[in-house]
Amino acid sequence: MSSHEILIGLAGVLFAAAPVVFATIGETLTERSGIINLSVNGTILLAAMASFAVSVSTHSLWLGFLMGMAIGALVALTVAFSSIALKQSQVAVGFVLTLMTRDLSYFLGNPYMGLRGPRVQSLPIPVLGQIPIIGPLFFRQDPLTYLSFILIGAAWWWVFRTRPGLTLQAVGERPEAAYARGAPVHRLRYLYAAVGGALVGLAGPTYSLSVKAGWKGTISGLDGIGWIALALTIFGGWDPIRGAAGAYLFALLQWLGLVLQPYMPNIPSQVLQVAPFPLMILTLLLVNIGNAEWVDRTLAGLPPDARRWVRRILRWMQVVPPASLGVPFEEE
Amino acid sequence: MKIELRHIHKHFGPVHANDDITLTIPSGSIFGLLGENGAGKSTLMKILSGYFHPDAGEIRVNGSPVVLHSPADAIRFGIGMLHQDPMDFPPMRVIDNFMVGYPEGLTLPRAAARAALESISARFGFTLDPDAFVGSLTVGERQQLEIARLLWLGAQVLIFDEPTTGISAQQKEKLFAALRRLAEAGKTVIFVTHKLEEVQILCDQVAVLRAGKVVGQTRAPYDLDALVRMMFGKAVSKGQRTSAPLGDVVLQIKRLAVEDIRLRIAGVNLEVREGEVIGLAGMEGSGQRHLLRACAGLVRPVEGEIWVDGENLTGKGYHEFMRRGVAYVPAARLEEGLVPTLTLMEHVILADEQRGLVIDRQTALEKTRDRIATFNIRGRPNLPVESLSGGNQQRALLALLRPGLRLILMEHPTRGLDMESAIWVWETLKRRCREERTAIFFMSSDLEEILHYSDRILVFFSGQVSEPIPAEGTTTEQLGQLIGGRGFPSGKEVQP
Repeated sequence: MSSHEILIGLAGVLFAAAPVVFATIGETLTERSGIINLSVNGTILLAAMASFAVSVSTHSLWLGFLMGMAIGALVALTVAFSSIALKQSQVAVGFVLTLMTRDLSYFLGNPYMGLRGPRVQSLPIPVLGQIPIIGPLFFRQDPLTYLSFILIGAAWWWVFRTRPGLTLQAVGERPEAAYARGAPVHRLRYLYAAVGGALVGLAGPTYSLSVKAGWKGTISGLDGIGWIALALTIFGGWDPIRGAAGAYLFALLQWLGLVLQPYMPNIPSQVLQVAPFPLMILTLLLVNIGNAEWVDRTLAGLPPDARRWVRRILRWMQVVPPASLGVPFEEE
Repeated sequence: MKIELRHIHKHFGPVHANDDITLTIPSGSIFGLLGENGAGKSTLMKILSGYFHPDAGEIRVNGSPVVLHSPADAIRFGIGMLHQDPMDFPPMRVIDNFMVGYPEGLTLPRAAARAALESISARFGFTLDPDAFVGSLTVGERQQLEIARLLWLGAQVLIFDEPTTGISAQQKEKLFAALRRLAEAGKTVIFVTHKLEEVQILCDQVAVLRAGKVVGQTRAPYDLDALVRMMFGKAVSKGQRTSAPLGDVVLQIKRLAVEDIRLRIAGVNLEVREGEVIGLAGMEGSGQRHLLRACAGLVRPVEGEIWVDGENLTGKGYHEFMRRGVAYVPAARLEEGLVPTLTLMEHVILADEQRGLVIDRQTALEKTRDRIATFNIRGRPNLPVESLSGGNQQRALLALLRPGLRLILMEHPTRGLDMESAIWVWETLKRRCREERTAIFFMSSDLEEILHYSDRILVFFSGQVSEPIPAEGTTTEQLGQLIGGRGFPSGKEVQP
């Protein structure tokens, strides 16, 4: 493979990762507020189908994207509402919703199967696009990919550098203490469910109107992406930058699966296509292994130096979830 | 700011938590609110700080009536409360914690917050590192942070709800000095407690609550016996120090070292005999818990040996220790000791020896009734444990300990309990020492408790452990100084 091909391939990785970045950051924001939205997988499928249908019928990309984001926000608000107002389990409701929205997308999407529709055009940025290596990687993409770059920084800045972001962390960590300090806990949870859900929804049209343009029902190849985004949220320690890094790792693994295929004729192609999923699970396992009691017990038997180093590495990798994730809160 | 509470009523279901309470609290002094657990002190203070809405009654600030819809509302009127369990965010840094709840702006006022934290800390002698994580601070430091934050937000009235629970003697002195300085600066300081000694040394005047009513108000100097009678409606006392006769060696610890990411304790040697009570004293997080957990087999020691009844159990798990008659009673009753949602009877079934597949409900019910009677628990067999009060939960935990144990390991046996319950808990434990020859190993931050009930004391300071000290003849002051690090080779923390 020439260096040019590799460059194009890597640019493709950044492009293909954009929807995963949207979904992961959306879920990160929602979970930071204490709401766990498990409907991500189905939401992406339904948003992908619906926004494609809208764009085909109206010839408007804008309306398509709006549709996708509205669906995402609506599904997430359903989870938030059933938890906050109806006191239902977020896990159960999210799980049912993910199955329902997935089946809805296949069922309602039938008339649009295989139709040709509009798609987002790439938009090279004039001067920056000419810079060697960096240009083709970052500045000859489509607007959605640029948006994903901006979103990573913006979400990180919002969570860790602004006053409302600090309140968001507080609400997810200890809502009763946040409430004591004047945060409208329920209103904020609705807000971040809606915003995060809209970003998850945005992943749908990013697929159906750009990355994998069109709607092909069950063979669209989108099923499972949402679960990866959920895993990445955890892997990223509820940090937008770490989460996005996970999204790029996932896209890279998928791409490698494709490129390496010709070089490894003995391995069935399915293995390489499926490989990213177990690899992601393995990564997750490594990240959180420090929590396990047996690890602690085993470590106690190691010599002091080794013990110190292993502990340090484990601690560096370890992530701590927002303490009130999935736990309802009562005012007064 | 002068606070007036007029005819406050508050019901929780059938419980009349506050029954027509009328109090006037002046500024520039420390006002004590004394009462045993469940007397309604916390409820009243939560009403004053905007958490609860009173069913009836009025709050007046400087003579004009106010309605407080939320805690944030209360702080706008200048009323702030420090909770027994600090209401902060352990995974965040001190400076971020300080800023949560700051009312305006998009970006964080970092520079201003740092400057404010520094100047307030300097004024009150606090030592807070703005970049440390709150989870790594002691309870005392977390209180300091909360005081600083409330002052920054302009609080004129500060409510302290049982602030001395879980802090060391040194930190207590610092806290009391800060409270006095706050009063001198003209703030209104309300001090909620169930400890008479604290009222005596700190408060200018005190109101006593019992069963939701104000039963009396007096000014310093106090007649302690009169206060006790007001609190309980009768006279109550701890009784004399007693010791059980000692028997064979139950627990032997040899050159033990335990560590985790923060702390290492090493070189602990100790022999505990039948009927002996050993108290572990020290600031919270100085290593007492590590030793207790190692002796229960919950943590594997990195060096040394643990022998129980002449058998080497080093490196074995908790169940092995349990089989030899070692029991562990954690401090977090609902998190580690009891299973919320399960009833008292189900707990008795779980704690019993496991035999057969089907639960024999009739026998279990009888057993539960029996334990409820012996342990004086206020509750029914079918009541879920989380609905019991703190004192009754502790009684339930003790009721679940099997008879004939060799060694009981306890964290804070009486934390959060009122005097009557605490005395009862220790009577039960001491009876085990005398009649069943059980040895007890416990940690506590209450120095009086350690001195009164232990035979020997181990003092912990940043992971260093003293030789055993006889409790008889040691004073609270001496013990307080040891906890603060006097007599230890260095004040520096030992690195893991």
